[in-house]
Amino acid sequence: MAVPSTATEIAAAVRSGGTTAVEVLEQHLVSIGERESEIHAFNLVTVDAARERAAAIDAAVAAGHDPGPLAGVPVALKDNMCTRGVPTTCSSKILEGWAPPYDGTAVSLLASAGAVMIGKTNLDEFAMGSSTENSAFGPTRNPLDPTRVPGGSSGGSAAAVAAGFAAMSFGSDTGGSIRQPAALCGVVGVKPTYGRVSRYGLVAFASSLDQIGPFTHTVADAALALQVVCGHDPLDSTSIPEPLPDFSAVLDRGVDGVRVGRITDLPAGADPDVAERVELAFDVLRAAGATIVDVEVPAFTYGLTAYYLIAPAEASSNLARYDGVRYGLRVDADDTNAMYSATRTAGFGAEVKRRILLGTYALSAGYYDAYYGKALRIRRLMANDFAAAYERCDVLLTPTSPSVAFPFGSKTDNPLAMYLCDTYTIPSNLTGDPAMSVPFGTGADGLPVGVQILAHALDEPVMLQVAAELERAAGGST
Amino acid sequence: MTEIWTHDGWEMVVGLETHVELATATKLFSASPNRFGDEPNTNIDPVTLGLPGALPVLNERAVEFAMRIGLALNCTVQPCTFARKNYFYPDMPKAYQISQYDQPLNVDGWLDLPDGSRVGIERAHMEEDAGKSVHAGGGGRVHEADYSLIDLNRAGVPLVEIVSRPDIRSPEQARAYVSELRAILVAIGASDARMEEGSMRVDANVSVRRPGDPLGTRCEIKNVNSVRSVGRAIEYEAKRQIQMIEAGESVRQQTRHWDEGDGRTHTLRDKEDADDYRYFLEPDLVPLAPSAEWVEQVRASLPMLPGARRARLAEVTGHPADSEPIAVVVERGHDEYVLAAAAAGADPKRALTHVQQNLDDDGVAAVSATALAALVAMETGGAVTATQAKTVLAEMAGSGEQDPAAIAARLGFEAMDTSELEAMVDAAIAAQPDAWAKFCNGEQKALGAIVGHIMKASKGQADGKLVNQIVNQRKG
Repeated sequence: MAVPSTATEIAAAVRSGGTTAVEVLEQHLVSIGERESEIHAFNLVTVDAARERAAAIDAAVAAGHDPGPLAGVPVALKDNMCTRGVPTTCSSKILEGWAPPYDGTAVSLLASAGAVMIGKTNLDEFAMGSSTENSAFGPTRNPLDPTRVPGGSSGGSAAAVAAGFAAMSFGSDTGGSIRQPAALCGVVGVKPTYGRVSRYGLVAFASSLDQIGPFTHTVADAALALQVVCGHDPLDSTSIPEPLPDFSAVLDRGVDGVRVGRITDLPAGADPDVAERVELAFDVLRAAGATIVDVEVPAFTYGLTAYYLIAPAEASSNLARYDGVRYGLRVDADDTNAMYSATRTAGFGAEVKRRILLGTYALSAGYYDAYYGKALRIRRLMANDFAAAYERCDVLLTPTSPSVAFPFGSKTDNPLAMYLCDTYTIPSNLTGDPAMSVPFGTGADGLPVGVQILAHALDEPVMLQVAAELERAAGGST
Repeated sequence: MTEIWTHDGWEMVVGLETHVELATATKLFSASPNRFGDEPNTNIDPVTLGLPGALPVLNERAVEFAMRIGLALNCTVQPCTFARKNYFYPDMPKAYQISQYDQPLNVDGWLDLPDGSRVGIERAHMEEDAGKSVHAGGGGRVHEADYSLIDLNRAGVPLVEIVSRPDIRSPEQARAYVSELRAILVAIGASDARMEEGSMRVDANVSVRRPGDPLGTRCEIKNVNSVRSVGRAIEYEAKRQIQMIEAGESVRQQTRHWDEGDGRTHTLRDKEDADDYRYFLEPDLVPLAPSAEWVEQVRASLPMLPGARRARLAEVTGHPADSEPIAVVVERGHDEYVLAAAAAGADPKRALTHVQQNLDDDGVAAVSATALAALVAMETGGAVTATQAKTVLAEMAGSGEQDPAAIAARLGFEAMDTSELEAMVDAAIAAQPDAWAKFCNGEQKALGAIVGHIMKASKGQADGKLVNQIVNQRKG
């Protein structure tokens, strides 16, 4: 029997004894063996630990125990998620030699659900970037076209699923870092509502924006992943103390009566091939019974500006702890200040330094009100605008990324061009609302296009419901 | 009212910032023990170490202690937020301190001092402590050290910073403020407030001016580690500033270090060199808004505070509230005992004197308030003299025996009747005619010789008060 590829099928087969976790794992290790040297999705593949773990799951099944809803599912984790005893690098030289003494909450939940952790995936250093070209360990290649980027910052996790290295992976999304690489690699990527998934054990980039979420082959797998990793965590004060809905319950319901919003004042900039697929998505949903509603979200256009003040400001503080005193890289010097400086100069890459400087400036006395303070006001304005829009519709539809996957080096000399990749994804981070990217056919050069579905806080079910409809339509039309 | 300190026509204006470590079992944002004196780097965890991915979770007990402090200082408890104060220091693991900035928990209170003066409290906010650096070699100062060791046991320990208004005008008042604050903190159980262990630390903001002038430029004095040095440091600093101004220089805004050894303050850094802390709202924590019920519950659980206890004891005993016996007895926590003895019939003033002068903690534990009352009754009734009462009380405190009459009898303390005493007075006058003549001419001092004679003759058993009475009768 062929090894199934979706997480839902794998877990079902492993739980029922139709296949074994070991067999599933070996199949994925074969894929890794074939293409990982080209793709470079991983910073580390934990082969031995994964084999032990898969064998233990099979033993549990043989003994009549249920290993859980992700039984035997090979899962890859972005290398900014803390894993006990396993190096967690954030693709930065500054964390050289450091392995966390603890598992993050999401990592623990995955283990308890029977997942098999297969490795740690590459990212833009400290999750800062949109192409995974900012990794200190070299870029990840897009499995669909290795001359192009996989997107970022969770490029390794997106590529791992797209290449069949893992059935499911996790990333973090601060301004689009799950959704944009999902779109560019042709997989499903979800950023849940801020506070749905505990951030305990996620190395912080911008604490008020960071959120962990899954990459999967299917919308059903995404719902399954959310069911496992979401939930209140007393170790994260910003975690939402709400009971979880059944994320899978509405996937087959269709979209009859669902109100889908079209943002009439959406910032321009999407390539025609992408815009065309988004139009088609509206058509498909209308045909399936959804109502298309025109809405205005005036503050949408200020999202990028506000984001590039708030995120660097928080990052400048979050990354200050990498000072060479307690862990990671230390470059010795004559006194403490010189040691800090030498360590941070050697340990951080250019983009990280750029954002630390931006953020430090934005928070400095005399500039706070003009920059950080104003960005916070935009953030409130944006929350109001979106809340008003969600009074008139259940979800909003936009492109995920303005373009399909782009060639290496095409944006690295122009940070602003790179930042524009996140135009459509950033607002959901600023408002804390959930959003996801679902593959919807192809655009230029036959590369995948992702459609972004945005919903109001805690409304993941209707978002997944619409995604499932688009997935069905894409399956028929592409 | 406190005596105003002046120096060549200048007055000092002082505000104190007091950091107190809260007596919680665990740290402000993690479950590691909050314990002084343990092996270095044993009370740590991912949050304390500032490990990547670790997140703070606010300790509810710490909030309660902070509210106790605020309410005891007559503050308003308000909805508040936490902020990050960003600066690099090797013993500060996250390179920022989680503190409260523009929205502190407690605001706008006051502290009444025993002398009747009132010092305003601007705010009392929560924050986490840093770790401790131990500089090895070079005399222990960081600049000459060969290397430094870091102990993070203290990192993350909950602190409340109590910021007074610049209402303090003398070293004496500053000392009184610190002592009273300490007494309150201990009374409400929020902190052990030991300055010598660093669980209470005082920084002083000092400026000088001509009375009535606007505020002068201030300097912040750090490393003031005892009540005594609070007074010394601000007095030194005020005089230093006055000298500078009178020499035609101007005071620069500085942070200065108090050196207990040479009794001076030394420049630590100028204001221009101060860090820009880049405060912003701590995104890992949510706003804290204690419910009205919680605030009232904490308020209701506060014990009677030292000031009120002094007032109560003063009222019952007739001693002034700022007198030493009242202060001492309340500070020792023996005021309830005095009140119990008074309730059992003792003359309150005599009971207070005995408790202040003749009973320590063990003594108070050994002698019941009723037994003390019985002894005081014997004394005021003339059955024993003051000296004898003291001897009996010492016996009771030592043995725990509760029957003062039995002890007095055993020691042979029997009151002389008045006629016996009158005979003794007459004998003494006859024996000391010169002294008697002087006394009758108004020389009070001469009385000593007469009384001394009587005491010697009675082997100390004569009641001094009664002797005085008889002598004055004889004088006519």
